[in-house]
Amino acid sequence: MTLADLHVTETWYLVLGAVLFTIGAIGLLVRRNPLVMFMCIELMLNAVNLTFVAFSRALDDVGGQVIVFFVLVVAAAEVVVGLGIIVALMRTRPGATADDISTMKG
Amino acid sequence: MLELVWLIPALPLAGFLILVFAGRKLGEPLAGWFATLMCGGAFAATVAVFVGLLDKPEEQRQFQQVLFDWLPVGGLKVQLGFLVDPLSVAMALFVTGVGTLIHLYSIGYMHSDPKFSKFFVYLNLFAFSMLMLVLGNNLLVTFLGWEGVGACSYFLIAFWFSSEANATAGKKAFITNRVGDWGFMLAMFLAFSAAGTLTYFTNGNNVGLLDEGTLAHLTAYTATAIAGLLFIGAVGKSAQLPLYLWLPDAMAGPTPVSALIHAATMVTAGVYLMTRVSPLLAHGYTWLPAAIAVIGALTALFAATVALAQNDIKRVLAYSTVSQLGYMFLAIGSGAYVAAVFHMITHAFFKGLLFLGAGSVIHGMHDEQDMRRMGGLRKYMPVTAFTFILGWLAIAGIFPFSGFWSKDEILISAWGHGGSPLWKALWFVGFITALLTAYYMSRQVFMVFYGKERWREETPADDAHDSHLEPHESTWTMLVPLVVLGVLSTVGGALNLPFSESTKFLQRWLEPVVGATERTIDVPGAVQYAFGAVTCLLCAAAIVLAARVYLQHKLEPVEPEVFAHAYYYDETVSAFVGGPGEDAFEETAEFDKNVVDGAVTGVGSLVQLGASKLRLAQTGYVRNYALGIAVGAFILIGLFLTRAVG
Repeated sequence: MTLADLHVTETWYLVLGAVLFTIGAIGLLVRRNPLVMFMCIELMLNAVNLTFVAFSRALDDVGGQVIVFFVLVVAAAEVVVGLGIIVALMRTRPGATADDISTMKG
Repeated sequence: MLELVWLIPALPLAGFLILVFAGRKLGEPLAGWFATLMCGGAFAATVAVFVGLLDKPEEQRQFQQVLFDWLPVGGLKVQLGFLVDPLSVAMALFVTGVGTLIHLYSIGYMHSDPKFSKFFVYLNLFAFSMLMLVLGNNLLVTFLGWEGVGACSYFLIAFWFSSEANATAGKKAFITNRVGDWGFMLAMFLAFSAAGTLTYFTNGNNVGLLDEGTLAHLTAYTATAIAGLLFIGAVGKSAQLPLYLWLPDAMAGPTPVSALIHAATMVTAGVYLMTRVSPLLAHGYTWLPAAIAVIGALTALFAATVALAQNDIKRVLAYSTVSQLGYMFLAIGSGAYVAAVFHMITHAFFKGLLFLGAGSVIHGMHDEQDMRRMGGLRKYMPVTAFTFILGWLAIAGIFPFSGFWSKDEILISAWGHGGSPLWKALWFVGFITALLTAYYMSRQVFMVFYGKERWREETPADDAHDSHLEPHESTWTMLVPLVVLGVLSTVGGALNLPFSESTKFLQRWLEPVVGATERTIDVPGAVQYAFGAVTCLLCAAAIVLAARVYLQHKLEPVEPEVFAHAYYYDETVSAFVGGPGEDAFEETAEFDKNVVDGAVTGVGSLVQLGASKLRLAQTGYVRNYALGIAVGAFILIGLFLTRAVG
């Protein structure tokens, strides 16, 4: 079987999306650096985007791609807020991990 | 002129408000004159309304004036309104009339009291409350006045509150009245739930509490319950057995208060209320009027025997008031509402007079109230003595003084009630009481105004009553009311002379109000005359007997200890309430604190406990929240997958 025979089906994209999402989710759960956690969230978002596009193509429905645009816009807003928080945090407490900021403890 | 009715309570209210703020500035005696003027103005307004009512034909003698909607709450619509009808106007006339005289009297009596202006503040407030009670067009306005007079009674009994006894007497009056008031309140709740209204009469559309339209679909059971509960209130306010015991102690207040509140007006509020709701009484079972008559007769006899052995000049009159109020309830129970109102009016005259006379004596004797240290005062206080004697003859039922006519009418109506022998027995009780009344009042008159001048026989150590402190006659402001009331006590019987229908003025006047419920008695005229003559003669005999005992000292006085202690009823109640009663109340309070309050605070602390455990879930670590979300997402996915498969 040559490389040309290799037919890339939707399943491949879905599996890739699932893998990316899982990497992002596990990264979020195990890492303590706020910036890394933030990047993990971005990874998860884009994994979902990939899934949407894949389904959109497979089902021949443009709705999935429209949703991706919405997700992008929301992600942009989220980046602004999230990075703002991280920058502010790093200014006051350089080198802080996510566990250090637990003042909302009940 | 009927539109002037709002002025009747408004004037004393204005007097009260002005005196509250400017009373001290006005000072003595201006504050007193101002208060008297306000009460006199109310009297003038009442006369105007009375004239207005006279102008109308008999069947149209009912007028209502609504000032505003007081409490529009859901189905309950209570207006602040006045009801003008022959009954309320008759009441308002003697309340303001006697009230004005007593205001005038108080100017002299309260002379040089440090709280002179405050006294008139309360007196005006009392007049306002009493007039609201009388003129209210629904039960709630009446209740407002009812509570108002109770509060004023408390203020005035405890007027000289620096003495512990006075303050206690005030509290006793207030608390005992509260016991009766729950009956009044329950009656209002029941009236609202059964009839949907508290208003007595609605003009035209027949849905007032006492209108025929409402009564028609009210069961006899409910009507009896409402009237019975109101009677409990009346028992408290009008000092009947078993709630009479605040009235003798209420004599701790200044004597004009005893005359105005505890003899002439407030204590008759119960009689007024029962007369007002006479349609309910007539609609209910017949045992309730019988019970009212029995309680009235027993109270009359009980208090009359107790009065035989009292030595305090005011306590005799206090028990006498309880006794006379018993007569009025006997009349109410007999269905003789006219007789009840008649006796209420004559009683206001002669008992007001007797109290004011007693006050004059106390004043002249420099605050001496013990009759054993009086005597021979008629030489020193001729006007007081003369008017007091008029009041004495009136209450003793001597022809032709006012008490003779009204008391006779009550006795006749009990006798002529028919039905069971119970009414004959009640008549007999009333008859015996009449003789006792003549006896104990004669005892008082002879001890105070005749005989030896016992106040000269002071113990040497008692320098306060030196011989140079001779008894003296009171000032003219005190004597004028005495004279006016003396005249009224003498001729008051002319209000309702039983000779023919045309001389029964009061009966014809009250006809539109109580005509439908008044019980007609069929006692032949000759029998009535005979009864009157016999009662009068025997009362005269009782007076002669009293003269033998207390004037000529030919006979030993019979004053058993048990009478002097009022059958130990008060002591028993005090011992019970102070002993086991107090324990029970403490237990109830504990129960309230632990169980009732405990349930409420228990719910609160349960929530608090749960929250304190639950908040531990809030760790503050972002990873924990993320894990929570992840787990939740897994569960949801799992749920959807199993759903989709199943």
